[in-house]
Amino acid sequence: MTTTFDLGALFRRFGLLIAIAVLVFGLALLSPQFLAVQNVLNLLLQATVNAIIAAGMTLVILTAGIDLSVGSVLALTAVITADVLQAGVPVVLAVVIGLGAGAVTGLVNGLLITLGRIPPFIATLGMMTLARGLALSYAQGRPITGLPDRFLLVGTSSMLGIPTPIWITAVVYGAGMFVLRRTVLGRYIYAIGNSSRAARFTGIPVRSATVAVYVISGALAALAGMILTARLNSAQPIMGLQYELNAIAAVVVGGAALSGGEGGLGGTFLGALLMAIIANAINILNISPFVAQVLQGSVILAALLLHGLSRRNQ
Amino acid sequence: MRRTLSILVSLLLVVSGFAFAGGSQEAGESAAQEAAESGPMVIGLSVSTLNNPFFVTLRDGAQETADGLGVELVVVDSQDDPAREASNIQDLIQQGVDALLINPTDSDAVVPSVQRANQAGIPVFTVDRGANGGEVVAHIASDNVAGGEMAANYLIDAIGGSGKVVELQGIPGTSAARDRGEGFNNVVNDTSGVEIVAAQTANFNRTEGLNVFQNILQAEPEIDGVFAHNDEMILGALQAAEAAGRADQIVFVGFDAVDDAVAAVEDGRLAATVAQQPSEIGSLGVSTAVTYLEGQDVDSYIPVPLSLVTQ
Repeated sequence: MTTTFDLGALFRRFGLLIAIAVLVFGLALLSPQFLAVQNVLNLLLQATVNAIIAAGMTLVILTAGIDLSVGSVLALTAVITADVLQAGVPVVLAVVIGLGAGAVTGLVNGLLITLGRIPPFIATLGMMTLARGLALSYAQGRPITGLPDRFLLVGTSSMLGIPTPIWITAVVYGAGMFVLRRTVLGRYIYAIGNSSRAARFTGIPVRSATVAVYVISGALAALAGMILTARLNSAQPIMGLQYELNAIAAVVVGGAALSGGEGGLGGTFLGALLMAIIANAINILNISPFVAQVLQGSVILAALLLHGLSRRNQ
Repeated sequence: MRRTLSILVSLLLVVSGFAFAGGSQEAGESAAQEAAESGPMVIGLSVSTLNNPFFVTLRDGAQETADGLGVELVVVDSQDDPAREASNIQDLIQQGVDALLINPTDSDAVVPSVQRANQAGIPVFTVDRGANGGEVVAHIASDNVAGGEMAANYLIDAIGGSGKVVELQGIPGTSAARDRGEGFNNVVNDTSGVEIVAAQTANFNRTEGLNVFQNILQAEPEIDGVFAHNDEMILGALQAAEAAGRADQIVFVGFDAVDDAVAAVEDGRLAATVAQQPSEIGSLGVSTAVTYLEGQDVDSYIPVPLSLVTQ
């Protein structure tokens, strides 16, 4: 066992990567457009919003929590940011206001969960409805369109030929991996997810670490909303509907356990990438919209089966 | 002091309440009498909300036609509340209106009200939004199929009679997506030289319009025109084409004439958007009801034509 080539172990570690490689290979055969440099950039660009939200969601799920409010928080912070930009607030300050608003919603989530002792599912479900309602009332149900050019650069500019949102996502994932692997907070997050009680007994500040995780999730949802707003030159109170489900799917497809303590950002990124690949391929291959949803659901379930089976072999 | 004040206030409330009740009763009696005396016809119009300019215009159109035909129109506002709608319609039935025009807040919630009117023998007509039960003489609403055809004809003209076009579809299975798509495809399939190179859904959503059209731009090196089942998707597609530097080679046509789209038409970025005509819907509602009350047959579906907003 020790010297023989262990296919099972290889699959456990790189299963999703292998599956994505096979899928990409197949798609490249079906359409030469698929691996065109521009399409790969498009695909990564389209993955950024879900990937950034899913990064925050990963931290939350690692603590055995869940954040259902991210889609609504994205909409709320987007309309706030767009509104202050139209009011003439400098771009940098508007971005800080938007991120701050996201962090505040996360802070409220965290306090409801820790001090209020409300289960994360319910607390963030409440915030999901609350933030959506606030977004709709703030914007009077209308889109806020026409933003300063300097702000649009967040979504439309490129550096070294690569769109800025991709760079932003890379920074988010780099920082997130650093936090998870090299900082005390990272160790706390895994410990809380494994057993909140044991973590408390060993003197880990469970409450503040939990609050921190939801604050990060809220701020990242706001960041994702800014990228979307900049790409569209418009913020809408109805944007981000069901984004929480896409983010959770990316995290779980990436190999994290909803029971906490298991998973990481690398897997989540691959999960978000896989979902973007499917959506992109459906358009490139002009697959019927009815069939498209069948494909999307099947691929997600197949990815989850892959994890389930490789875990059982462990 | 505070007590006296509170007594005064409650007294005031009671008195004003009586005044209201008396007022509405009087109006009710007079309307019923008029109907009984076969004086001017009385038509009740229940509007889902007058907070939305669309329905205000619908009411104005109905009022204008009613005035022209010498019909009395009693308008009630449901304020998007099905409960308020139910009691408003009950009031109209009580007043003995000759016909009811209902613009439901919800196609299911309105069913008991329609049935109540059926029992009272009052003919019911639905406008803009239908009812999922009860007996309805006729439904008067925008003709989405004709709107799709109108968009296709405009788009084909604008690209010079032939070329490659893209269809961005709404949420699969919704009636708006089905009808608008049907109209568009009817015309395009009958036009030789025009080919639909991609038909993908973007779920009536601006963000999805952006991403989906970005992918289609990648797959199709030549696109001459694009029609989206609503304006949100076409605005996203426009953004994608502008980012890819291909917007000037493509003709964009949307549907709904929302504010952002009308602004984009004025800026010359969007070629056209199909607009509903709420005033026409209200007007046709009243004239259909009058035709029916005069003893003539009416169709069970009265399609209302749409118009095209262009620069």
